[in-house]
Amino acid sequence: MYALAFITVAPFLWMVLTSFKELPDILTYPPRWIPERFMLDNFRSAFEAAPFTRYYFNSLFVAITVTLGQLMTCSLAAYAFARLQFRGREVLFYLFLGTMMIPGQVIMIPSFMVLYWLGWIDTYYALIVPGLASAFGTFLLRQFFLTIPRDLEDAASIDGCSRFGVLWRIILPLSRPALATLAVFTFMGVFNDFLWALIVVSSDEMKTVQLGLAIFRDRYQTDWGQLMAASVTATLPILMVFFFAQKYFIKGITLSGLKD
Amino acid sequence: MSIFHAQQGRKPGQGWSALLFLSPTLLVFSMFVLFPVFFSFYLSFHKWNMFSADTAFVGLENYSRILRNPEFWGVLKNTVVYTLGTIPLNMSLALLVAFFLNKKIAGKKFLRTAFFAPVIMSSVAAAVIWRWVYEPNFGLLNYCLSWFGIPAINWLNDPTAAMFALIVMGVWKTFGVNMVLFSAGLQGIPDHYYEAAEIDGAGRWQKFWSITLPLLSPTTFFILVMSVIGSFQVFDTVYVLTSGGPLGTTKVLVFYLYEHAFKFFEMGYASAVAYVMFVIIFVLTLLQTKYLKGTIHYTA
Repeated sequence: MYALAFITVAPFLWMVLTSFKELPDILTYPPRWIPERFMLDNFRSAFEAAPFTRYYFNSLFVAITVTLGQLMTCSLAAYAFARLQFRGREVLFYLFLGTMMIPGQVIMIPSFMVLYWLGWIDTYYALIVPGLASAFGTFLLRQFFLTIPRDLEDAASIDGCSRFGVLWRIILPLSRPALATLAVFTFMGVFNDFLWALIVVSSDEMKTVQLGLAIFRDRYQTDWGQLMAASVTATLPILMVFFFAQKYFIKGITLSGLKD
Repeated sequence: MSIFHAQQGRKPGQGWSALLFLSPTLLVFSMFVLFPVFFSFYLSFHKWNMFSADTAFVGLENYSRILRNPEFWGVLKNTVVYTLGTIPLNMSLALLVAFFLNKKIAGKKFLRTAFFAPVIMSSVAAAVIWRWVYEPNFGLLNYCLSWFGIPAINWLNDPTAAMFALIVMGVWKTFGVNMVLFSAGLQGIPDHYYEAAEIDGAGRWQKFWSITLPLLSPTTFFILVMSVIGSFQVFDTVYVLTSGGPLGTTKVLVFYLYEHAFKFFEMGYASAVAYVMFVIIFVLTLLQTKYLKGTIHYTA
């Protein structure tokens, strides 16, 4: 089991160690694990060769905006499905869930066209707006809201709290674990997304880290030191988020597995 | 009390509030899910290059072109090979690891993080790393194989090796998800089943075959269904690792769709490909449900 764990992390280790090596040190056979000297040159030249700082900013900006936006839209929708009485609620909810079964590729082309008609291709809107609603997120939060006892809300309503006030002051603070799960899930998904960014982004200053890395890979086919440095850079924020929020991420996966 | 609630349910105010609360989600959904679903169906019967104003109705032409195109069948075959190659390996590895992590062993938390790490990193970064691992002259893999006297293989440029390389990386990248799901499933099996079996003198293997596997079957079924869907949609790693090459041996469905839509701008044809893919995935899911539902044991 420990050997298997080592094999699993070996590619990571190799990436990190290679990123610190000088070229002659990289191209030796048999390969050496530990760099002769620890160098930061690969990082410097990678950042000089491509605007990774900009890519970084784009990725973080998009991921954070989508995450916050999705928390908002999903809480609102989930509240309606969990607490409000209206005609066609069940039908609409199951219709909603049904959309999760549609493969993304089916809606990819027309979504691209909608953005094209709106003149949003190659803008932040294209990367952000389609992500501002989520059937999975709505479902996750609705299930959680249903477990919260109504007594508190009833008391608040009697005290003159509006529906939005009830959601904001009572339900959301009680739903922190569910919100954290959704946030971590969304952030990782958006930060790591590739295909959508590949389609809607064309100019260099709109590229995300993943897109930048893929282009970088095309341009510097065999400059392994720089490539590994760029990969380390692209992986770092996610590893950090994961480190602090592992619990929520695992919970999200098990929850999505239990919905069946 | 119940009458009061029923009346409250009919208060007109709640419908409007509901609409208000749902409006952001409904707006985004109608623009980027609902409309696209119908529009791509419409497009699949048309010829359109996206930039010209005229779309021509071509009936079933796009679909018949797909079915007559040998490249499509090749791509479908590659996708099936990838699916059949990754899933058994992926699931058995995930189950094995989950099984051991469910026992009392030292460094459990560290082990789980190690197995899960590939899942959270981006597919693009993962594929870049694996290109380096697969590098024929200085790569880690060929070096390790040389210990066993296996000569260097040009993994990503050899038409027979490239798909294998893609599969190995695919398993590495995703088995952590299934490990977590299996772990949750294993924790759901009550201890008294095992205790009863032990009293009856069951050995380790017997317990595994007669208790663990049957009681885990709902989880296994779910993982299988999700894995098939996921494997049919593989794209990122293919794009970065092999770009569909060498000689199209790793070109998979989504890559084919991407090329036709965003390289050749054949929006109608690509939409038809998307729908064919949808139908394939849907039918596969139905078949699995139909033929495997009977083998699932639910705990009382």
